[in-house]
Amino acid sequence: MTNRAGDSGVGRRSSRRSFLARLTVGGGALAAGLAGPARAPAADPPAPADPTRELGQPVRPYGTRSRFETAVRVQARTPTTVAAWTFTPLQDSRGTITPSALHFERHHAGVPDIDPARHRLLIHGLVRRPVVLTLADLERLPAVSRIHMIECSGNGSTEWATPTMPDVQGTHGLTSCSEWTGVLLATLLEEVGVEPAGRWVLAEGGDAAAMTRSLPIDKCRADVLLAYGQNGEALRPEQGYPLRLVVPGWEGNTHVKWLRRLKVGAAPAQTREETAKYTDLLPDGTARQFTFVMEAKSVITFPSGGQRLPGPGRYELRGLAWSGRGAVRTVEVSTDGGRRWQAAELQAPVLPIAHTRFRLPWRWDGRDALLQSRCTDETGYVQPTLAELSAVRGLRSHYHQNAIQSWKVAADGRVSNVHA
Amino acid sequence: MSTPRAAAVGAVLATCAALAGPALAQLPSYGVGRPPTPEEIKAWDIAVGPDGAELPPGEGTAVSGKPVYDAKCAACHGATGREGPQDVLVGGQGSLATTKPLKTIGSYWPYATTIYDYVYRAMPFTQPESLTADEVYGVTAYLLYLNGIIGEQDVIDRRTLPRVQMPNRHGFVPDPRPERFPR
Repeated sequence: MTNRAGDSGVGRRSSRRSFLARLTVGGGALAAGLAGPARAPAADPPAPADPTRELGQPVRPYGTRSRFETAVRVQARTPTTVAAWTFTPLQDSRGTITPSALHFERHHAGVPDIDPARHRLLIHGLVRRPVVLTLADLERLPAVSRIHMIECSGNGSTEWATPTMPDVQGTHGLTSCSEWTGVLLATLLEEVGVEPAGRWVLAEGGDAAAMTRSLPIDKCRADVLLAYGQNGEALRPEQGYPLRLVVPGWEGNTHVKWLRRLKVGAAPAQTREETAKYTDLLPDGTARQFTFVMEAKSVITFPSGGQRLPGPGRYELRGLAWSGRGAVRTVEVSTDGGRRWQAAELQAPVLPIAHTRFRLPWRWDGRDALLQSRCTDETGYVQPTLAELSAVRGLRSHYHQNAIQSWKVAADGRVSNVHA
Repeated sequence: MSTPRAAAVGAVLATCAALAGPALAQLPSYGVGRPPTPEEIKAWDIAVGPDGAELPPGEGTAVSGKPVYDAKCAACHGATGREGPQDVLVGGQGSLATTKPLKTIGSYWPYATTIYDYVYRAMPFTQPESLTADEVYGVTAYLLYLNGIIGEQDVIDRRTLPRVQMPNRHGFVPDPRPERFPR
């Protein structure tokens, strides 16, 4: 990554242009959606001057958002659009649930087109009753719905050495939160009868990468979900239609999408995704493996990088916090670079392993300000500063960057990504 | 749209399940599911673990793998595996503890069996699962050879591949988190 946001407004704008230039955006002109609120898209025809004097549109079978809404996922620059990832526009998010259409994406070989009537799940290996299941079979089983965030462990990977991405979509947009509906894996493991030697479960996707990860059996028995529902309807293809794993609190790569196979084994399969990738290189040359948990993290989404405050006055600081270990206990906010901290209000209900909205009133005096948020989860774990984190991990472990984010508000109201 | 068709197939399946009765169901408490046939398991079970138990018959050497690599891999990974533009596969040994670590098969991957597993399931990028077992063994041997791990004539097969000692085999440590940060 070569794009580095400077502190000055000029530098920020110029790096912003280069950032936008390397984004692939579905709607072309919608790249402007990153720039902040209050852009009037060139809507054609224009909206009625007085909608109370004109008949509206008829009912329709499947809704879409207003044509004036422009928030979009943006793609990181990668050589292809199929081994790629897109970021959720957290700066445009309201509340805690991510719209399914804006849930971040990470695909290793594109989004497969799967006919649910032909899709099968095979469970085999060290089990007494190996089984082939249809989706109809799975839907017969007892279902649960759980609200959970999923975060890619590469979220923030560009931010170790220098502030790189210009906005919160780029720095933190590889996390999203949905209501997931499906079957507990524990239910199925009980039914197939795991042999005593069965300690790991290999999960395999039905995409062109047939992506695989190994998961410890204890986690599979605890809370892993085979999800077929997302936010009240079937999964989106980008999120694994028709069936995916949800592995609450663990790195996004383990939530295998387009799930076609579960094989119980005595040891991990040492797949490419759990050796060559998703391992965390330390300064001494060793690498941590099976670093599953996504630790407590938070970020201020308003004001955030790329936005501009119109002038001094009263604002509401808003942000998101989450922890893979459970519920968020507190979020503290600083407007002076970490010297003084103030507890933010958490939006109830605060759910475990889910996006938690925090808010805090703020009066901006028009001078330089340095905004930070710091999350503490129910285990007492406190989100570290980047200096604390890199003192342990160095700057090249790539994954699991959960440091405190700093946004600088300049006197002209412009907000930029800085390290402080 | 596939919805009507999906519903129709679902209905047929439901009927079959009803006719077959719960006695044949693999999930005894819920009366659903059927046992896989050995052929189904064989066709689906492409994952190769470190013990190599799932490896198929066949063999290859760096010599037999080079033409396959040149034809199907070099365009993305470079003529000698060092050039990219996609993941660099060769070199980097001794670089992991430096400020410019280069993670390749030779410098980073702990198990040689992972090469076979990944090449077969996911490569070539636009034609996954298209290589024969001999071709995958050959490409695997060639990549090991380019990394200086085996000789040019060494035969890689289901017996020898799990025995290959990778340079970074002991380079991985368990997750120690949560960490104590110096404050």
